[in-house]
Amino acid sequence: MSRGGRTGGRGRGAALAVGPLVFLALFFAWPLTLVLSRGLGVDGALLAPLRDVLTDPYLQQVARFTLGQALASTLLTLLVGMPVAAVLSTLDFRGRRVIEAATIVPFVLPTVVVGTAFVALLGRLAPVVDLRQTTLAILLAHVFFNVSVVVRTVGGLWRHLDAAPVLAARTLGATRLRAFLHVTLPRLRPAIGAAAAVVFLFTFTSFGVVLILGGPGRSTLEVEIHRATSQLLDLRTAAALSVLQLLAVVATLGVYDRTRRRHAARPLARAALSLRPAAGPRDRMAIAGMLGLLMLVQGLPLLALLERSLRVGDGWGLAHFRSLGAPTREAVMSVAPAVAVRNSLLFALAATLIAMVVGTSAALAAVGGSRAGRLMDGALMLPLGTSAVTLGLGLLLAFRTGAFAGRGAILLVPLAQALVAVPFVVRTMLPVLRGIDRRLREAAATLGAAPRRVWREIDLPIVSRAGLVAAGFAFAVTVGEFGATIFVARASNPTVPVAIHRALGLPGAVNLGRAMALSVLLALITGATVLLIDRIRVGAVGRF
Amino acid sequence: MRSRTLAALLVTTVLIAGCGDDAADGPVRLITHDSFDVSIEVLEAFTAETGIEVEIVPLGDAGSALNRVILTADDPEGDVLFGVDSTFLTRALDADLFLPYRAAGLDQVDASLLPGDDRVTPISFGDVCVNYDIAWFADAGLAVPADLAALADPAYAGLLAVQNPATSSPGLAFLLGTIERLGEDEAFAFWERLRANDVLVSDGWSEAYYGAFTHASDGDRPLVVSYASSPPAEVLFAAEPTDTAPTGVIVDTCFRQIEYAGILASTPRADDARRLVDFLLSPAFQADVPLTMFVFPVRSDVALPDVFVAHAVLPERPLVMDPVRIDAGREGWIARFTDTVLR
Repeated sequence: MSRGGRTGGRGRGAALAVGPLVFLALFFAWPLTLVLSRGLGVDGALLAPLRDVLTDPYLQQVARFTLGQALASTLLTLLVGMPVAAVLSTLDFRGRRVIEAATIVPFVLPTVVVGTAFVALLGRLAPVVDLRQTTLAILLAHVFFNVSVVVRTVGGLWRHLDAAPVLAARTLGATRLRAFLHVTLPRLRPAIGAAAAVVFLFTFTSFGVVLILGGPGRSTLEVEIHRATSQLLDLRTAAALSVLQLLAVVATLGVYDRTRRRHAARPLARAALSLRPAAGPRDRMAIAGMLGLLMLVQGLPLLALLERSLRVGDGWGLAHFRSLGAPTREAVMSVAPAVAVRNSLLFALAATLIAMVVGTSAALAAVGGSRAGRLMDGALMLPLGTSAVTLGLGLLLAFRTGAFAGRGAILLVPLAQALVAVPFVVRTMLPVLRGIDRRLREAAATLGAAPRRVWREIDLPIVSRAGLVAAGFAFAVTVGEFGATIFVARASNPTVPVAIHRALGLPGAVNLGRAMALSVLLALITGATVLLIDRIRVGAVGRF
Repeated sequence: MRSRTLAALLVTTVLIAGCGDDAADGPVRLITHDSFDVSIEVLEAFTAETGIEVEIVPLGDAGSALNRVILTADDPEGDVLFGVDSTFLTRALDADLFLPYRAAGLDQVDASLLPGDDRVTPISFGDVCVNYDIAWFADAGLAVPADLAALADPAYAGLLAVQNPATSSPGLAFLLGTIERLGEDEAFAFWERLRANDVLVSDGWSEAYYGAFTHASDGDRPLVVSYASSPPAEVLFAAEPTDTAPTGVIVDTCFRQIEYAGILASTPRADDARRLVDFLLSPAFQADVPLTMFVFPVRSDVALPDVFVAHAVLPERPLVMDPVRIDAGREGWIARFTDTVLR
């Protein structure tokens, strides 16, 4: 290893980039190319379908709405997420970890279940303020889903910020607000930018929520792609819309990359220096305020879901949870919940592992900030902004024969899920990796530490902590993943979201009850697993 | 280095991907939609009798499953396709996916259910109808809408939930029903009145039924587009055992969808595939259909289960549209629906 440390090793960075690039080429670029070429190559002209799409007034309206709601959702999610991240990464108090793990739970809930919970909630609220079938309802649901992106990504960096500069500013007479705006905020920018980019991509390609809560006239590009592909078999329009969506995503990433480069990384401390025990009425008020905010945007819909799962006839009870013990009928496709839970956990753990290997290699390769590294970093974000329908179709065309066909399709599930989880891993790790203070390493080396020891003492604690945050994220993203799973999961390997989907396919109180009980179960398992991952200590590294 | 191991693994996987294809000796693969089901004992009896193992390959909703078969026609993921309904029949026939076959038992199928083309075999049918919440109408002291036209009556403003025909199969069926009944222009005038009457359009059946229907959700719509078989399902899956259906069906609104099976022309195992289609039309499978998929068997010599006899409605003269007319009009009608109701 060269004296400059890992980031200085150009050859090593290039070697690390190989894995992620092969992964991306094989499971993203190739399948996508197959779909787009089918749609756009048919009449020999590439631009004609694009022009048709761009000049259609209806699709123009759809594109405007898609962009507008995504921007508004991102802004609102940041507004809610930042204060929560602030409290969770500066104050230590009992239950902090549980709350942090709980914010991620909405991520795993199927949209139709969340839709049902929101409809119940908005119905109750209707006498006071009627939000049903409004754009605001969509935005609130997007905040509900995505607030943990801000909390985890920004919080992950915030926790490692050295508190000394803030204290210095305060000593010099700056108010708390001033110290935050001029000292803390600039140092958080890379993470805020990363969180905003992910939330934007997620909401830009939002599908179920928009349809359930938005009502007539609120279609998005993703909905139109789905319609063109599944209903009309109009691959020309679908491909043109997918290209349009991809262009928008690339433009967003370009803007994000520019803002990120303007703010060079600031040094990070080794341990969680910014976290101090909560004390005094001021801290208690901050914690109470954060809890109130979370209760409003995440707690109420989750409680509505819980209430729905406990409602039996005109009263309440555990009948729906007890009914999960046995399948409703002796049919081939009926899913025993225990089996579905096992499948979900196995798929998600496999996908998390893949995403961690690919994502960590990518983050380490990109940390030097070279042009190639930046390009790969951006390319890994693309799957997030690509229509699930398009990608699903591409995976089908690419892998319908050979090792992934038939029974081999089971291998494709964690791979497809990992595609969605990798950007989260990279986004969580990169700001932290970039912030590792070079001077710390050099100081350690000067004091006689061998390279291996420098890595172990300086880099590893910070990297592994960020890695755990990323792993929790990847797990939550994959365990609730539905689009890719329903596409490849065969009858013999249903996951919990697939079981929920099937239960909701038939009328009857028992079916709805089972779906709701399964959703609560999925939420609990996810919360517990993320909590567990967050608590893992890495070998001799010790406490953070 | 782990990333290198992964890369090596992926490359190996791709190399392996070139070899190995077990389509010729594994189980017979039945491609179908997500709502397909069959009782374990019925399927096992078939395997025991014929020695043919069956793998079920659900590929999304009916439209998605067919589209995927069309896109992979040269090398599909199965040997038999079940679940092509009347709304997509012409697309399937035009793509020339199927081998001609006359299944055993076809003489027991009512003539009105035969497709007039021996490349597909009718297996089941179901009626898409407006359902109503019996208790809600009793509490409100309001008469249940008598027929299709009454839904646009201002007395029923804000009460109906339908599905978007662009994204939902029952939604498309209901739209086709209005066109069949009223004629195209009058039908879209009717949809304009429905819009003025505050009709709620959701993207799928689950969202409408479990998100808006007063009987099944906290929503505020006592009228919802669903199936004629929904009331027996409500009885069978009630929270507490009951003999009375909580929901009813407005018979005048019912539109019939017939589901067909076909043997994929590219199958290397046409003989086994024929046995499988015979099985789908056999009395054992046909009698199993009502309680596993909540549709009706096409065979007239098969008895319906008691809960269907007591609570399901079989309209005497449901709305039916010719598949050729559906195929010619579908895309334009969906666009016109979007224009009329959603913009």
